[in-house]
Amino acid sequence: MEEVAVVTGASRGIGRAIAVHLAREGVAVAVNYASSSGKADEVVAEIEGSGGTAIAVQADVSDEAAVAAMFDRVAEELGPVTILVNNAGITDDGLVLRMGTDQWDRVISTNLRSVYLCTKAALRGMVRAKHGRIINISSVSGVSGNPGQANYAASKAGIIGFTKSMAKEVGSRGITVNAVAPGFIETDMTEALGEDATGRAAGQISLGRLGTPEEVASVVGYLASDGASYITGQTIVVDGGLAL
Amino acid sequence: MERSEIEAKMKELLVEELGLDEDKIANDSRFEEDLEVDSLGVVELLMALEDNFGVQIPDEEAEQLTTVGEAVDLVQKKLDG
Repeated sequence: MEEVAVVTGASRGIGRAIAVHLAREGVAVAVNYASSSGKADEVVAEIEGSGGTAIAVQADVSDEAAVAAMFDRVAEELGPVTILVNNAGITDDGLVLRMGTDQWDRVISTNLRSVYLCTKAALRGMVRAKHGRIINISSVSGVSGNPGQANYAASKAGIIGFTKSMAKEVGSRGITVNAVAPGFIETDMTEALGEDATGRAAGQISLGRLGTPEEVASVVGYLASDGASYITGQTIVVDGGLAL
Repeated sequence: MERSEIEAKMKELLVEELGLDEDKIANDSRFEEDLEVDSLGVVELLMALEDNFGVQIPDEEAEQLTTVGEAVDLVQKKLDG
């Protein structure tokens, strides 16, 4: 059976690494992006350059109509979606006492509402096929909490509750639903924290360094593979031993 | 659409979508108790009915359904309405 994946927020960072990794495993990949069309095209070119199949699909994943249109297009061009990786996410940090409600809403909407919308859109075909893999990218912030990230941590902890509920809802149809919770990974998101902050963070990581996007992607690839067929409802922490 | 046509299509969907045994399906068969269809299975059937008959079945009405015959009645009402 031909595997077809949608990876949200795949134009850069962890999403990009996941798209490239899945394509290398023979999966046809829809590279979703919100606004970085040039970057998404680069990911598609990289995948096609190594003999894989990929298309770039624009959609604001917190917009229900845009999500529906994206899944229609993917089904038309690549076939029924068998793997969904809900990766798209943003940060908008601040202490709650100084946080604007718009900051709260925007992060929850992009990070959590999107997971509900994309899962719902992908699920119908998966239930019918009695086969599917859903992998949600959470964060160690959602597991342990992080000052200045109440909005982000709430969205990422919400993903874990969603993951467990969905695992129970659709397990009887051969669909597994898992979460991956990365720690500090070398991406634009952590680069924005500055060298001091990432240096201090590295001091608390058992492995003594930040992780790479590929080190997260390989775990997602495993959860999408046949080898992980009996794992569902789990949150796999990939943080180099930060949250111990 | 004739009631017999709806009944035939309903039976076909129950066999194809939910993998039920055709011989066990009767008009008064109850989805949960007699046919062992779980809650997700009922949702699958509703989606299939909506797709195949071009009707919309709101949750409040779907919750009232217990038997195959009631589902046929509901589809007929929607098509006539």
